[in-house]
Amino acid sequence: MAERTDETMAAEANAPIIEPGHTYASVSDKISAIVLTRPTPRSWYVGFALAFALVMLLFYTIAALIAFGVGLFGIMIPVAWGFDIVNFVWWIGIGHAGTLISAILLLLRQKWRQSINRFAEAMTLFAVACAGLFPLIHLGRPWFFYWLFPYPSTTGMQPQFRSPLVWDVFAVSTYLTVSLLFWYVGLIPDLATLRDRATKRFPRFAYGMLAMGWRGSAIHWHRYESAYLLLAGLATPLVVSVHTVVSFDFAVALVPGWHSTIFPPYFVAGAIYSGFAMVLTLAIPLRKIYGLEDLITLRHLKNMAEVMLATGMIVAYGYLIETFIAWYSGNIYEKYMMLNRAFGPYAAMYWALIFFNVILPQCLWIRRLRTSIPTLFVISLCVNVGMWLERYVIVVVSLSRDFLPSAWGRYSATVWDYAMFAGSIGLFFALMFLFLRLLPMISIFEMRGLLHELEGRKE
Amino acid sequence: MTNSTQSGSARTGRPQIYGLMGEFATPETLLDAAGRAYAEGYRRMDAYSPFPVEGLAEAIGFHKNRLPLLVLIGGVAGCLGGFYLQYWASVIDFPINVGGRPFNSWPAFIPVTFELTILLAALSAVLGMLALNKLPMPYHPVFNVERFELASRNRFFLCIEAADGNFDRAATQRFLESASAQGVYEVEY
Repeated sequence: MAERTDETMAAEANAPIIEPGHTYASVSDKISAIVLTRPTPRSWYVGFALAFALVMLLFYTIAALIAFGVGLFGIMIPVAWGFDIVNFVWWIGIGHAGTLISAILLLLRQKWRQSINRFAEAMTLFAVACAGLFPLIHLGRPWFFYWLFPYPSTTGMQPQFRSPLVWDVFAVSTYLTVSLLFWYVGLIPDLATLRDRATKRFPRFAYGMLAMGWRGSAIHWHRYESAYLLLAGLATPLVVSVHTVVSFDFAVALVPGWHSTIFPPYFVAGAIYSGFAMVLTLAIPLRKIYGLEDLITLRHLKNMAEVMLATGMIVAYGYLIETFIAWYSGNIYEKYMMLNRAFGPYAAMYWALIFFNVILPQCLWIRRLRTSIPTLFVISLCVNVGMWLERYVIVVVSLSRDFLPSAWGRYSATVWDYAMFAGSIGLFFALMFLFLRLLPMISIFEMRGLLHELEGRKE
Repeated sequence: MTNSTQSGSARTGRPQIYGLMGEFATPETLLDAAGRAYAEGYRRMDAYSPFPVEGLAEAIGFHKNRLPLLVLIGGVAGCLGGFYLQYWASVIDFPINVGGRPFNSWPAFIPVTFELTILLAALSAVLGMLALNKLPMPYHPVFNVERFELASRNRFFLCIEAADGNFDRAATQRFLESASAQGVYEVEY
């Protein structure tokens, strides 16, 4: 990897979106071969086995939870929102980068999005699925989850529509549905390619059914493109609204450290920040293992690093304003909240998050580090950890010491909390591995279209 | 690429076939051929490409895209329905007086209204696109052409239907060849 870094550094500024020499046929064959003909790499089996073991741990934890109740977790009064809500916010934030790449960058006509949008969208879908798990589990009686929806019931009760927790239900379920639709619509022409490339009977049948008889008709493409563009236009405000609603869960409450108007923009920026970190964490090993360096080029990695740097600065601004307002408001509770964060019992986590989210990413200003693949990988992992710590600090530190010292408490997670968290990571990766094995991880038809556009520009 | 229509002359003009399909190597030749076919008076035809080609749908005479209207209707329905859902639940069906605040506290109803607007608009975009395209349709005559499986890889096709008034087995074949088709195939039902 070391010599790759040096060699690519020189050409970094103008690295191409696709390496030269590709044709419509070669991109189609290369991407579909990963699914259809190439032998599955051994690292896939190892990775899937590990992830699947963690999924079993997740099922075990959920079974134990249903049998014994939420007392297994470390939550108590005053910290009734522990790991569950931390993990929920962390996962849903990760999902945001997928929608940003597929929708917002589409509207902004950023061509480099096209080789990373497919797996970023898959990442969104699986991250939102993991996120959705936590509030359900946190209910304590997850089998009553449908009480959150307005439905004609014999109890005659209705959900409380003035509560951000009900807004959350609508925001997250809409987000999951729209992400699924967007991903599937994007897949249809590629499923048709797989149907036509498959030689065995069953894959041909299965991909054929999923492709719904797509035949690439010009009229179909015309409607398809307008549907895709409209979906992108709808997903853009949606993605902003989802993390805004998540931040309302906090901002609408009166707890010091939560009750702040900076929360919506600061949460949305944080979500995109952590999401891009996760896309980098996934893309760097993927391109290496599947030999996709010619389609996911250094240009993509560099651009993602730049988005991370920009959103990281917005997040840093959020931290700064929180600290400033704690002093400027003259409110003793706000002031104490900030001192408690920085010097209280959870100070180590606060300073770790400042290091991971604010100080370390400043390395990305330096071109040499921004284009060094190992450095990017390490920074992306650190940002993922940092963003998790941020949510921990917001949820736990604020709740543990609010207004009256007599009501203070100390939260610590139990082994079940950690098992559940590890299990959700396992679920995410297991779904990701299945996706890589069964579906094209790069949008084939968009790569063909991109090649056509790039050819046109040369002439 | 050879001509695969050996018994063509015997079947001239008979409706047993679905149409004639020409194969093209580049999107530009397909676009050109589609434009010429429209100018020749052909109307019942369709062009097939492995990625969206700008202007191709217009070249074969498709102009009316009703999808945006469907999405607008879906969005408006989601918006009104979403608000009414909350109004009905909080004002009519289960009013709770909390500190004398109004039952119809509309600002608190905006987030759910917004989410349902997006949800219904997105659903109508996807379902509308599929319905207008008449998908799913697992079988279609064009799939009978063996080379057509390249339509999802790197080749471009133009299919003129036998049902078109101007269709003539021999003349249409000559037309497709003159439009620089690299192969002309009969499309069977």
